[in-house]
Amino acid sequence: LLKPYKSVCIVGSGPAGFYTAQHLLKAHQNVQVDVYERLPVPFGLVRFGVAPDHPEVKNVINTFTQTAKHPRCSFYGNVNVGEDVSVDELQEAYHAIVLSYGAEGNRSVGVPGEDLPGVYSAKDFVGWYNGLPSCQELRPDLSCETAVILGQGNVALDVARILLSPLDALKKTDITQPALEALAQSRVCRVLIVGRRGPMQVASTIKELREMVNLPGTRPEMVAADFDGVAEALKDLPRPRKRLTELMLKTALEMPTEKEQERRKKASRIWGFRFFRSPVEILAEPGCNRVAGVRLAVNKLEGSGEKAQAVLTGEVEDVPCGLVISSIGYRSLPIDPTVPFDSRRAIVPNSMGRVHNAAGLYCSGWLKTGPTGVIATTMNSSFDTARSLLEDVESGKLDVSSAKPGSHMISSLLEKRGVKPVTFSDWEKIDDLETRRGEVSGKPREKILTVAAMLKVARG
Amino acid sequence: MAASAAARTSIGLTLRFHRVIPDCSKCPLYRLKSCTSNRANPQRRSSFNSFRTMNRHLQTSKCLSQAQEGSSNSEDPDDVVNVVFIDRSGKRIPVKGKTGDNVLFLAHKHGIELEGACEASLACSTCHVYVSAAHFDKLPEPEEREDDMLDMAPMLQENSRLACQIVLTPDLDGIELTLPKVTRNFYVDGHVPKPH
Repeated sequence: LLKPYKSVCIVGSGPAGFYTAQHLLKAHQNVQVDVYERLPVPFGLVRFGVAPDHPEVKNVINTFTQTAKHPRCSFYGNVNVGEDVSVDELQEAYHAIVLSYGAEGNRSVGVPGEDLPGVYSAKDFVGWYNGLPSCQELRPDLSCETAVILGQGNVALDVARILLSPLDALKKTDITQPALEALAQSRVCRVLIVGRRGPMQVASTIKELREMVNLPGTRPEMVAADFDGVAEALKDLPRPRKRLTELMLKTALEMPTEKEQERRKKASRIWGFRFFRSPVEILAEPGCNRVAGVRLAVNKLEGSGEKAQAVLTGEVEDVPCGLVISSIGYRSLPIDPTVPFDSRRAIVPNSMGRVHNAAGLYCSGWLKTGPTGVIATTMNSSFDTARSLLEDVESGKLDVSSAKPGSHMISSLLEKRGVKPVTFSDWEKIDDLETRRGEVSGKPREKILTVAAMLKVARG
Repeated sequence: MAASAAARTSIGLTLRFHRVIPDCSKCPLYRLKSCTSNRANPQRRSSFNSFRTMNRHLQTSKCLSQAQEGSSNSEDPDDVVNVVFIDRSGKRIPVKGKTGDNVLFLAHKHGIELEGACEASLACSTCHVYVSAAHFDKLPEPEEREDDMLDMAPMLQENSRLACQIVLTPDLDGIELTLPKVTRNFYVDGHVPKPH
């Protein structure tokens, strides 16, 4: 190396990884940033989490592509940090490591019957329709009429919307072909979105709620009593919560216009929120190993606003259904025993992105803050981490005095272990093929669905 | 970053050429009746005197490529709209824009640290800015979709808008756009922490 480069390694190529890289590259002329990714393809949840009918949200890929193609940035796909190479080895090779591998695990509902066929996590369901290779065997059974979604955040609304969207709308998106075929055969026509607390505590946001309200071919079905006291509380709410609650109230309680009444009469699919309900058991028909319903405990609220708590009343009710999707949150997993991990909060313990008790280790994105927030949130979090890292370089807290071997060392280790990284231009071959295949059917892309197939294209 | 953003915009223009069907109703130039595209105004004669806009049928997002801005007589002083960006450290950065300029892309052109993750398609809130009081009311009302995205922005204020929805007109001359201090590393009072 001719120049005294600072070498930084980023683990994970989703928004957290790329925004951290972007900030580092811009702020410092002498930083080399290497981004490692387990899959052959980059972009994390932008590719595998954002709904197929939200293509504008994916525009951020253009920004990330610029970053990846920066002369001081390199992408190494198909490298599993924790298995193919350890964090210790990365620390030998780089001045600093930024862990931004997100949250690939599930939060368990923790009730009996959770493992019955017909019960899926939203994370897996979304991964399935978005082409995540590890979720392609899910083959969800969509032959029932009623689906219950546990959780009322944006992921829950995405799942509801994909289940109930007219097929014509989905046909022009990058949803996978197998998912499209399964949805074409789907008999699901009623989706209940269940939450422990009330309308003023939903975690979803107004854009997604408006999409449900306006979803062609569907009509809303809410319980008016769930909205007692809500209208009175409106005036004290901050703007975002107020606008969201107003829309819910209008949808649930207001007499629809004649035109809307006509539209609802013709609608063959139903969706609705069910509030103040916690799952206590997922039920099967006796002698039949499949979900047949959910037993829900009835709650009341203590306190108000964001901090309100759901308290059991003792009542229960059973809701028959053939599909249960739990959308109660993702969860980060530890990938290397040498990295501190808080298993209660499921994050890497840190302050401003600096990992506790681990010099040279940083984290950004959901691994740092927990699995909530949209791309913009992750962006700010990543910029924060990059700033912490740069401050540490300035102050000498991060020792960059001696040159580090960087990717040269890691590449030869990987070669010895028979691991062949996928470069960014290899990914572009995959990207190109997916785009061309998509053109045939009027889709932005036709995703390649297995790691083996991705690697074949990358090497070809 | 600004250079790459501008380059990206003009590349994006080319890439989107064959795929886009524009929705004129969303375009502020159409709503302000300033659109010179023949597509939106079939009866209108070509008249490029007042506004330097790009052919709107090339893309749906409200942006003007850097290449496009240089394509017509760019030295007309009547078209200059002075804009001051106030960055996250409080530094004032005066720039000269032109009538019809999209403020987000103007910011990128001048290296202002304003992200536009969704590229002006109202699918994020990363271009959130505070608008100077004297000019806030001169802006057309935000459409519902902009309000929905603004709701997601941290530190929302009465004078918050998304920069990608602000198109310069002569009466916005002198407008000041402040970038919110959204991240925890920046102290609200501008104090810069000493390295230790």
